[in-house]
Amino acid sequence: MKHTSPAYDLECLDLAKSFGGIRAVKGVSFEIPSGSFFSILGPSGCGKTTLMRMIAGFEEPTSGDIKIKGRSVLGVPPNRRNVKMVFQHLALFPMMNVYENIAYGLRCAGVNNAEIKRKVQDVLERIALPDVGEREIHQLSGGQKQRIAIARCMVLDPDVLLLDEPLGALDLKLREAMKIELKLLQHQFNTTFIYITHDQSEALVMSDNVAIMNQGLFEQIGTPQELYHHPKTAFVAGFVGDSNRWSGTVKSADATGGMVETDQGLSMSFSAGSGQTIRDGDKVDIFVRPEFIRTVRAAETDQAAADGDNQMSGVIDSLLFNGANSRVLVRTGSGELIESDVTVTGNNDLKPGEDVRLVWSSRQAMCFARPESA
Amino acid sequence: MLAQKKSSPFLMGYRLYVVAFFIFLAAPLISAGAFAFNDSLFPALPWQGFTLDWFFSDTEPKLGMFHDRRLLQGLYYSFVIAIFVAMLSVFVGTTNAFLFVRGEFPGKNFFYILMVVPLVIPGVILGISILVLASDTANYMENRFDLELEFLRPGLLLVVFGQFSFITTITSLVITARLKKFDATMEEAAFNLGASRVRVLRTVTLPFLRPAMIAAGIVAFLVSFENFNTTLFLVGSEAPLTITMYDRMAKVGSTPVLNAVSFVLMVGSGLLALLSIAIQRDKTSQ
Amino acid sequence: MMQNKDIKRLSLILLFSPFALWILLLIILPHIGMVLLSFREKVAPRVYEYSFANYLDFINEPIYWNTLLRTGSMSLLVTALALLIGFPIAYYIAKIAGPRARGGLFLLCLIPLWVSDLIRSFGWILLLRETGVISNFLLWTGLIGEPVEFLYNDIAVIIGLVYTVILFMIVPLVSTLDGMDNSMIEAGYNLGGNGFTVLRRIIIPYAMPGIVAGCIVTFMLTAGSYLTPVLLGGKNSSWFTEQIYNQFITRFNWEGGAAFGMLLLLFTSVVIWLGLKLSGQTLANTVAKS
Repeated sequence: MKHTSPAYDLECLDLAKSFGGIRAVKGVSFEIPSGSFFSILGPSGCGKTTLMRMIAGFEEPTSGDIKIKGRSVLGVPPNRRNVKMVFQHLALFPMMNVYENIAYGLRCAGVNNAEIKRKVQDVLERIALPDVGEREIHQLSGGQKQRIAIARCMVLDPDVLLLDEPLGALDLKLREAMKIELKLLQHQFNTTFIYITHDQSEALVMSDNVAIMNQGLFEQIGTPQELYHHPKTAFVAGFVGDSNRWSGTVKSADATGGMVETDQGLSMSFSAGSGQTIRDGDKVDIFVRPEFIRTVRAAETDQAAADGDNQMSGVIDSLLFNGANSRVLVRTGSGELIESDVTVTGNNDLKPGEDVRLVWSSRQAMCFARPESA
Repeated sequence: MLAQKKSSPFLMGYRLYVVAFFIFLAAPLISAGAFAFNDSLFPALPWQGFTLDWFFSDTEPKLGMFHDRRLLQGLYYSFVIAIFVAMLSVFVGTTNAFLFVRGEFPGKNFFYILMVVPLVIPGVILGISILVLASDTANYMENRFDLELEFLRPGLLLVVFGQFSFITTITSLVITARLKKFDATMEEAAFNLGASRVRVLRTVTLPFLRPAMIAAGIVAFLVSFENFNTTLFLVGSEAPLTITMYDRMAKVGSTPVLNAVSFVLMVGSGLLALLSIAIQRDKTSQ
Repeated sequence: MMQNKDIKRLSLILLFSPFALWILLLIILPHIGMVLLSFREKVAPRVYEYSFANYLDFINEPIYWNTLLRTGSMSLLVTALALLIGFPIAYYIAKIAGPRARGGLFLLCLIPLWVSDLIRSFGWILLLRETGVISNFLLWTGLIGEPVEFLYNDIAVIIGLVYTVILFMIVPLVSTLDGMDNSMIEAGYNLGGNGFTVLRRIIIPYAMPGIVAGCIVTFMLTAGSYLTPVLLGGKNSSWFTEQIYNQFITRFNWEGGAAFGMLLLLFTSVVIWLGLKLSGQTLANTVAKS
């Protein structure tokens, strides 16, 4: 053990957990390089909380191993693991003031008072709240509580910091601000953060790497860009970012792509998703992100033709105005609605009822074989 | 809301009724307290002038309560009993709260009902049933093994047990209610920060329960202090204050010294009640 | 893993034992002892046998069962009175009084709770007796020509009992009414109800758990009370607890006293059980909550 240099702060090897007959986590393996911001993103009930509770030591794995700094922690109780956790509702102690909250772990470790004082003051300065030591918890704002909860863990210099959807209880504005702040704090402490969330924007904005979890398994691990642009599974493609989605059957295919006829009878060309082999006759799902679909007036199609090998005509059903993120819903000939991002300038914009053509490149049409036909 | 829809004479009448009710509530307490200061040998009108003799005089016939040995002794025994009852019932109330909030075991609902039941058994019955069991056991031990178990005869210990038997239900309910509001992730957080189980209990869980435990203790103390029905059957030679006062009333008739005791008790329990309310209020700010 | 389970089991046992000792030694065993004692008959000095003699005594002596019936019916009357008098007060505290007055009034209601039964009865004696405050006051106003004894009759007993128990009615009522959303009452009016239908259809059904809890505690306390009827009713108050006391302490007939105790317990249990059944409530969601 001594000789394996701990390049990874945390490694999980084929980790599984069952509650009675229910398998919450079904064999998950991953490793996290030192000092990175790692997110586990998944819908509620996917097993991400169970996974984190196993890392913290509140649950014992049914099988598999957890290594922290290269050393297995199986059987080590939570109070002896150097893994600290920020809880969903923070769990700050209301019967203690801020100073005592932060000093709590140091006192448990038997650190002397002078040292505690120095360390608490030091960590309060690092989170830019040097003067709140004597305040009671209920006197703090939501964002301050957040930072105190992190400071309470960081003062113990943990190998890994776990964060269990700590932004969930905050209002929207504060949540946006805290995303940036968390990222900065992680840089400053240079400690591995493992962040659990069901909110993709939190995961994408903050993380170096994100694992997408679904039904007890990791679907894909990668950088936010990889997950967004090169999803490996249909679940990832659908879960990360917005997409138009079609099911269909492959009419012709070669190594790079082919043609699909959707269940509604539309034909479109695609490129195979990364790592996918698509064969003739496969049942597939196709995803196209709204920002890759261009909407042009029917009268101006000639200039757009070069942009994409997929074209479709339709009528604008409605305009969903949201500033820079505005979108149109286009009803196609077969009656379905397709979402497409548009730039709204306030001058000669697209209006409902206009005839338009939708144009996109087959490179942006991500195609995945359905499991039953694989 | 109900009244706002009605005419305002109705509301006036309603208010008058409420006022009359509170006069009804206060009247006997005021009369019990006020006659302590009447310079007369009987707690009755006419008013003979103000005096503190019934508290401090050391001579007959107006022997003040602070010089009346039997009353002081009763006060002392009441104190001792109430302290023990409060400590015991808060302790068991706390373990019961953990048992029913945290524990998972078969028949939990049944046992919970069993915990509530002592509150709906008449106090007289609790008194005699404990008396019967204690005496039967003592008699049996005496006849069979020639053992004289003095503590099973009516006396302080039986009084403490008798009161404890139903006051524990009250303390259990108060502390259980508080523990139910406890966010269990707080314990996990403390555990995660490196605390041992014992330390978590000592530094996080018990401090959270403390206001409820103190309030429950005060309630237990007061209920014990004023209990009569259960105590009546279990009392030995060391009579607590309520029994002493009852004896005095039945044998000597009422004298203003009883008013003086009533006054002191009312002020004392009033202060304790306010203290318990202050503690309960403090907890809601957390 | 095993270790963790062992700790859990051990702490469960440690937590269960005080509870078990309490319930077993102070509630269950004493009641079993009392049942056994009540079936015992003294046939000669120091010679006993099991029989129904003590219960037959009760049935054959009209004074005994009359006293029990009287205690029961008076207790029901006191409970009903306490509900009638207490409900408007609880409603006023919970719904009509301003937020500041509310806390104060509630505290005022609680104050007598902290004063011993004995002192409360003592206060009523001083008010009601022949030389008491009310008699003197009426003499002074000239409404009566000579002192009147208001003490030692059923009305005095009922007043004293209502006074003693009404707080236990008001407290659960206030807490249930307090939890009731005002908009429910407003919606009732909004949908065309008048004061009476809103009270009958919305407020009373909502307050039912509180009403039942208050009634159970009130009835139980009244039927089991000793001091108030004895002090305010005098020699002929004929309260059943007095009979129990007489059997136990005065006549030293423990067997008879135990039988009477069982009868009182049975009687109050049946009444409480009937009350719960008729109102469709349970012990757990009424008394345990208040």
